[in-house]
Amino acid sequence: MSDMTTMEWQSGDDGVVVLTIDVAGRTMNVMTPEFLDDIATAAAGIAADDAIRGAVITSGKEAFMAGADLHALVADFGSRDSRELYVRCRRLQDALRQLETCGKPVAAAINGSALGGGLELCLACHYRVAADKQRSVLGLPEVQVGLMPGGGGTQRLPRMLGIEPALKLITEGTRLSPADALAAGIVNELAAAGREIDAARRWVLQHGDATQPWDRQGFKVPGGAGLMDPRVVQTFTVGTALLNQATQHNYPAPAAILSAVYEGTVLPIDKALDIETAYFVSLLRSPVFRNMARTLFISKGAADKLERRPAGPPERKVTKLGVLGAGMMGAGIAYVSARAGIEVVLLDTDDATARAGKEYSRKLVDAGVARGRIDRDTGAALLARIVTGSDFARLDGAELVIEAVFEDRAVKADVTRRAEAVMPDDAILASNTSTLPITGLAEASSRPARFIGIHFFSPVDRMPLVEVIVGQKTDDAAIAQALDYVRQLAKTPIVVNDSRGFYTSRVFSVYTREGIAMLAEGVAPALIENVARHAGMPVGPLAVTDEVSLELSYRVARQAQQDLGAAYVATPADEVLRRFVEDLERRGKRYGKGFYDYPEGGRKRLWPGLAEQYPRAAVQPPADEVRRRLLYCQAIESVRCLDENVVTHPADADIGSVFGWGFPAWTGGTVSFIESVGLAAFVAAADELAAAHGERFAVPESLRRRADQGRLFYRQGAAGKSRHAA
Amino acid sequence: MTDAYIFDHVRSPRGRGRSNGALHSVTPVDLASQVLSRLRDRNELDTSRLDDVVLGCVTPVGEQGACIARTAVLCADFAENVPGKQLNRFCASGLEAVNTAAAGIMAGQSDLAIGGGVECMSRVPMGSDSGALHADPAVAYKTYFVPQGIGADLIASKYGFTRGDVDAYAVESQRRAARAWDQGWFDGSVIDISDHIGRSLLARDEHMRPGTTLEDLAGLKAAFEIPGQQAGFDAVALQKYPEVEAIEHVHTGGNSSGIVDGAAAMLLGSLKAGRALGLVPRARIVGFASIGTDPTIMLTGPAPSAEKVLKRCGMTTSDIDLFELNEAFASVVLLYMQRLGIEHERINVNGGAIAMGHPLGATGTMILGTVLDELERRDLNTALVNLCVGGGMGTATIIERVRENGK
Repeated sequence: MSDMTTMEWQSGDDGVVVLTIDVAGRTMNVMTPEFLDDIATAAAGIAADDAIRGAVITSGKEAFMAGADLHALVADFGSRDSRELYVRCRRLQDALRQLETCGKPVAAAINGSALGGGLELCLACHYRVAADKQRSVLGLPEVQVGLMPGGGGTQRLPRMLGIEPALKLITEGTRLSPADALAAGIVNELAAAGREIDAARRWVLQHGDATQPWDRQGFKVPGGAGLMDPRVVQTFTVGTALLNQATQHNYPAPAAILSAVYEGTVLPIDKALDIETAYFVSLLRSPVFRNMARTLFISKGAADKLERRPAGPPERKVTKLGVLGAGMMGAGIAYVSARAGIEVVLLDTDDATARAGKEYSRKLVDAGVARGRIDRDTGAALLARIVTGSDFARLDGAELVIEAVFEDRAVKADVTRRAEAVMPDDAILASNTSTLPITGLAEASSRPARFIGIHFFSPVDRMPLVEVIVGQKTDDAAIAQALDYVRQLAKTPIVVNDSRGFYTSRVFSVYTREGIAMLAEGVAPALIENVARHAGMPVGPLAVTDEVSLELSYRVARQAQQDLGAAYVATPADEVLRRFVEDLERRGKRYGKGFYDYPEGGRKRLWPGLAEQYPRAAVQPPADEVRRRLLYCQAIESVRCLDENVVTHPADADIGSVFGWGFPAWTGGTVSFIESVGLAAFVAAADELAAAHGERFAVPESLRRRADQGRLFYRQGAAGKSRHAA
Repeated sequence: MTDAYIFDHVRSPRGRGRSNGALHSVTPVDLASQVLSRLRDRNELDTSRLDDVVLGCVTPVGEQGACIARTAVLCADFAENVPGKQLNRFCASGLEAVNTAAAGIMAGQSDLAIGGGVECMSRVPMGSDSGALHADPAVAYKTYFVPQGIGADLIASKYGFTRGDVDAYAVESQRRAARAWDQGWFDGSVIDISDHIGRSLLARDEHMRPGTTLEDLAGLKAAFEIPGQQAGFDAVALQKYPEVEAIEHVHTGGNSSGIVDGAAAMLLGSLKAGRALGLVPRARIVGFASIGTDPTIMLTGPAPSAEKVLKRCGMTTSDIDLFELNEAFASVVLLYMQRLGIEHERINVNGGAIAMGHPLGATGTMILGTVLDELERRDLNTALVNLCVGGGMGTATIIERVRENGK
């Protein structure tokens, strides 16, 4: 088998061939075209030689195998028609089908993680042995990047486990440990790491059954298939509704998975695999796949590896961190830092307040221990790393100090001076402000080159994004060190240049203000809130303003008005905020009332008085128009941020929007959203919105030029520099 | 065009649709054939003159499968030349069967026919036939499928009918049905159902709860809250109706139609065919229409179908003396009254399915017969009969009484 390039063929004296997959030049085995050829060649070779009793498939890399080459698929997006894609995708099905019908027993020796196509290869084997490694995961996670299994996963798994359990795993993209995979019935046997090939070989020699269950006469899907079975009716009726609830018709992949399983499980396997391929092809052509794969996988992967880090300064990890202010944000920053192994000094104006901030960590640790997420000792060690107090002298030796005190320039200036007095000369001082420009705050610093913004999101332990804000005088060393710290926390950074509201707060406020403006126009508040959620925003604009508090939004707006003077761009939301805070004294959720009422023990309801304050317009806008307003305003503001160099790359704008404020993942982010709509179509629709609703929808010249030239934000065929597998 | 006339109709009493129901031991084909037999006997009908027997049946599987209409014709010992046809327009099937029978007559392709329906819900439970509408993911996804109860609650939420409103409607339905039974207003058309050795099993609707009060109903649990909230259906409904803040689950077993067993049949024909057999026409089919509406809210078809048939017949609501709209759910009737501007005194005057039950395939024939009897009792002339229909449809029929010789 000398012509194979992606796997090694080793035939033993016992008649068992060991195929070791090792795709050259990749850290992970991925399904390259050559690999598909090799699988087919190997299957033919196993079948042809009478001396061969069977085969074992394993991997030469640490992981068994990942799935498709997402970089290649994204780079390829939009360049092939359905028929061409079908032919390519069908090759995988045929190769795996050839393997499972080769007439000799084939066992998978799963030496590490097997995901996506990697696991599908295993499912096409007649037996599966997994090495019992703690860090190995097995699963079909394609749905998480807008895809579905395309190598028989939607057909073989339900035929093994039954429809309902298989659907759950595939639609959620669950990753299982080897032990859980055994319990679920996905693998047949666990072996101690390193013994998996022996175990697989033993099965081939002693039991080797070369016929898949679904190739036997009279095979029935466990638990039933087809609508003549009431259990299946229930599964798909409720399953579809739950899926609609979760995806809101924005994500085609889960629906395609359901349909592939529904339609395929009543068919013979070959026709069933064809159904899967057809659905897979339809997803490959959907911008949602391109968007999710590009932003959630490729761009995020690059950001996590600090793609924007200045190369010059050497890597420097934080061993001791100072946190000033033990409120919600400070407490959260202390927790995630201690969790990452960093010694934390958490300071506030008095010891008791600082201690209360540490209680936040204690609660999270206790909850984690109760749920079995961390063990007691790890939790205790985490807590031991946080010391509290009020004495700034304790900041001595900290490589990084983050201030998270009250959003007031004078207060911040004061702690800046007091901290810098004790901090080492090369230490960085960071502000966690979300509203005050960094360059201004740096004026209080004696070393503005080492002053930077590190903007966490609330709740800190759950929000994956960190905005690193570069002030006018911030130097590369500070940027590099801030990014190194974010990587220590295993969070995703974007680098942002200083601006009012930076990137995330600036664009997000445009969303809430658009919702409030619609309220003022007489759009039914339920329509605003529901349409926002149906578009995929995590919370409606009115509800989130309540949560942030109208009070705070009002204060931030007034501050901006003061700072900017004539340059301040007023919106209809200003007057609404004023009226709610000053006249109506409905200041937000924490005050018990805002746009919503918060009845004790009940769920919140929109305040009925809204109709009196802002009488409903007789003609309500169609849901599509409300949706467009809420999404377009954010996309346009993001383009302005790119124009003003607030964010420097479209990928950063996308990552920031999805991971920072929950801009819907199906869009791929605010900029990918524009590409999905189509530049020309977006501009045309925005022009209409601008004519109807004002300058805030005015299309930036840069975008109009792009649309005219048909020049996308992302360079085509170059989705990312590094090539890693899904 | 030939006119189609109604000569007579009978129905079974409605048995509780559970294992303790009095008709639970009666097979669907037996129930249907008892109704057909009685219609034949009391009209001394030469069944060989029938061109067709059309029966509505919404769950035509198992013992209701394999064309229950032809099967019932055979069991009822009708002449061998009488064919049978089963149709399904969900809850309007019984009315559609009459319309279809009438259509053949009006088109000149049939002289005498029976329209009717049967549904033994205690034996062939609702949904036994499954269906792509709700269980094929591609279809349910595309159409935003939710069960009808969620649609009924959505109507209440969207149009502002409170739990008090729908319960009050239900109390009145019970009161009217009880009064009609007590006064004997149903006696002429409801037949005894008996077993094969002649023991009477049921003579009166079994589902009714006369004397039901608002307080009784207030204690009942909302029937669709759990599927709405836990199976995701509320969220799906709101995706289609984002102007509604939340689904208020106001419908209960007490203000929704009852699950029952029952069958009904109506004899129709041309004036000429009737005269030849000595049949006296009681009413003329003036017109009928069906319509499709949004499948998610599902139950808003009645008013548009009523408007459609009125327009087709050159009439307005003021030309109609009595309205009959199946009480699938209270909110459906409340919305209908609001949309068409009908006061409660003119609609469902002897109660409806909330009190007496809704044997899916048969109800349309039953309520058409009921309103004809009532026109005669009150000496009024016209009625419009309507049902809301699964999948987002409505079916409506207008009848007009005839005094003699079709005038």
